[in-house]
Amino acid sequence: MSPVLRRKLDPGTVYIDTDSAPRLIHYGEDFWEEDLPVGTRVIYPKPPIQGLPNPRGAIRHAVNHPLGCDPLHAQLSPGMKVTIAVDDISLPLPPMITPDTRQTALEVVLELLEDHGVDDTHIIVANSLHRKMTEPEMRRMVGVAIHDAFYPDRYYCHDAEEPDGIVYLGETDRSEQVRINRRAVESDLVIYININLVPMDGGHKSVTVGLCDYRSLTHHHDPQTIRDSHGYMDPSASELNHKCVRMGAIVDEHMNVFHIETVLNNRMYHDQLDFLCKNEDDFSELDRMKLRATRWSTGKMPRAAKRAFFHNLPSPYELIACYAGKTDPVHEKTLERCFDQYAIKVKGQCDILIVGVPYISPYNVNSILNPLLVQVMGPGYFFNLFRGKPLLRKGGVLILCHPCYDEFDAEIHPSYIEFFHRLLPETRDAFTLREKYEEEFATNPSYIQMYRQGTAYHGAHPFFMWYWGENGRQHVGKIIAAGAENQHVPELLGWDRAETLAEAIANARSYMGRSAEITMLHLPPIMIPEVE
Amino acid sequence: MTAAAFYDLDGTLISTNLVHVFAFYARNDQGILQSIKRSVATIAGLPIFMAADAYSRKVFNDIFFKWYKGQSEDRLRYLAEDLFEEVIGPAVYPGTLPLLEKSRNTGLRQVVVTGALDITIQPLLRHLGITEYVANRLEFVDGRATGRLKPPVMASATKASWIRTYSEKEGLSLSDCFAYADSMSDLPMLSVVGHPTATNPDRRLRSTALRHDWPIVRL
Repeated sequence: MSPVLRRKLDPGTVYIDTDSAPRLIHYGEDFWEEDLPVGTRVIYPKPPIQGLPNPRGAIRHAVNHPLGCDPLHAQLSPGMKVTIAVDDISLPLPPMITPDTRQTALEVVLELLEDHGVDDTHIIVANSLHRKMTEPEMRRMVGVAIHDAFYPDRYYCHDAEEPDGIVYLGETDRSEQVRINRRAVESDLVIYININLVPMDGGHKSVTVGLCDYRSLTHHHDPQTIRDSHGYMDPSASELNHKCVRMGAIVDEHMNVFHIETVLNNRMYHDQLDFLCKNEDDFSELDRMKLRATRWSTGKMPRAAKRAFFHNLPSPYELIACYAGKTDPVHEKTLERCFDQYAIKVKGQCDILIVGVPYISPYNVNSILNPLLVQVMGPGYFFNLFRGKPLLRKGGVLILCHPCYDEFDAEIHPSYIEFFHRLLPETRDAFTLREKYEEEFATNPSYIQMYRQGTAYHGAHPFFMWYWGENGRQHVGKIIAAGAENQHVPELLGWDRAETLAEAIANARSYMGRSAEITMLHLPPIMIPEVE
Repeated sequence: MTAAAFYDLDGTLISTNLVHVFAFYARNDQGILQSIKRSVATIAGLPIFMAADAYSRKVFNDIFFKWYKGQSEDRLRYLAEDLFEEVIGPAVYPGTLPLLEKSRNTGLRQVVVTGALDITIQPLLRHLGITEYVANRLEFVDGRATGRLKPPVMASATKASWIRTYSEKEGLSLSDCFAYADSMSDLPMLSVVGHPTATNPDRRLRSTALRHDWPIVRL
């Protein structure tokens, strides 16, 4: 089969040929244009599914025609205590253009509550051990009207360390303790408004993780659970998900949860940057101009300015589905629609996987993608983007394109700094780190104070980030940081370093053999390869 | 318990400082003329205090505590409760008690290391539930303050030195200890422990903390 014919077989898969255009690869706050070796397979995400023409109508229809329970209006009565929980700023990525889907859903729900005489309503951001959102971020998420009516007394972030703020609900048959936000537990009804960007979001994870405390979280955010999870994006194969489901059953025994799940398409870039989703061979003159203009303007900026520029570009995501009702049937429907958008059929695994690491992750919105988060993106999320078999063969090489700068945000990731510079030089073994140091960090009064009063991630969070890469680390033979601007960050992470992508590929080929199958995931937007 | 949390007081756990305390005593001096005289003198002395503090905490102490000269020990003790009710109590930062509670729950001994006067902080320490402390002590002769402090004078490096000696005596592991302070003058105290935390820091301490990757807490 000639390379030209192969290239036309599937619009989502391109094989690099002698006449192929260079590929665009994310490299932190920059882009690389790289000529990949002939024969390299480049996998592109599906185009965005057309958004629903009337999102408000879709949400209203969902709450009036729920799955597995009475419609929302039938569950309301005057004087009842209602808590609405919403996902935090980690979803979607990057933050979406306003109105945020949460705002639209809240407007529908709050109108219903008001009509039924429910006035004891609190809105809680289910941030778990993530950082608390700032007031401007909270205002942007729900709109000025809701913010002004509820903030700060009735619209606030979950505090996993609030004395008496957490209630022990019970434990599963495997001794997993469920401890949830007191206000939610003591409410007559909890309405959870979720955003499903990827299949690992939503379902029982929403309440059991979003509104829990550190003790409850340790049952599934641990190295063994991650090792036992065969990918995060396929709930049926994820031990993490199984534990959340078991713990969710305890939640359902004690709480009345009405789940509203919304599914977004993958329209991550607006017109200015939409060329980033395209096959480079199909670039128009306009696309090339946009690329040149973007590279020229960002090339003149210092890194902090580039970061601020990209973090201020919201994504024009659109609602493609909304389901409401009991958690299990709702999530089943949500997952179907999610996979419609993200699942990509791919033929065969690869030996070398190339991924560009962008400037953003769920844990650094409006902040820095520090080395630990680069690790989360690599062996954590990118490796785990699969359903069925991993895209990368066991023992294969993962090439990550990122500068790996040694920069941390002292206000947002203070415990990450200590973890990276004090603990990783001692050991990279997740089990040892957990055994020796997790408790110390989790109970460090300074970190707790920064989490509660400031905008810091919880002291234990860097451990979870390290565990997140555990199954990736066990699977891959080698990770190479291409373009790392220093030696010590890749070294501390246990990775090889290469000056350029070409050098990284040469290194990988020397490890895997000259005939190694090379694949590049053209991320973002997100996709979930299903290897046949 | 093999570790402790050492706290500075003024500006760290409470928003007042030595001058607020002195101003209270001046305001409540015996006789209206004496009270007015001392209050005016305190206000007039503010620029000197600020300049001295910016230069060196030791110089500040030398100048500042002279202003207590002639004060009666009984009276200072008698007014300490009122001082707490009116000035110090309302100045406790909202995050102070939760921080102490979390710290206590992790098994850390709670120790205050302050340049404030021991007679003025007793009610506050009771309120915070802290029994271990070291503070500055005025020298009294015949019941009257001489304007000098009894050694060791708690400031800057002396605090660090006291913490070292205390830890050795009590068998504490300094690398497991925490310290909380707000001012650049407390840098030595922060530097001797394994877990320093800049707390409500001034500009200089904040930038130092950022350079050293120390946590920065606002109470």
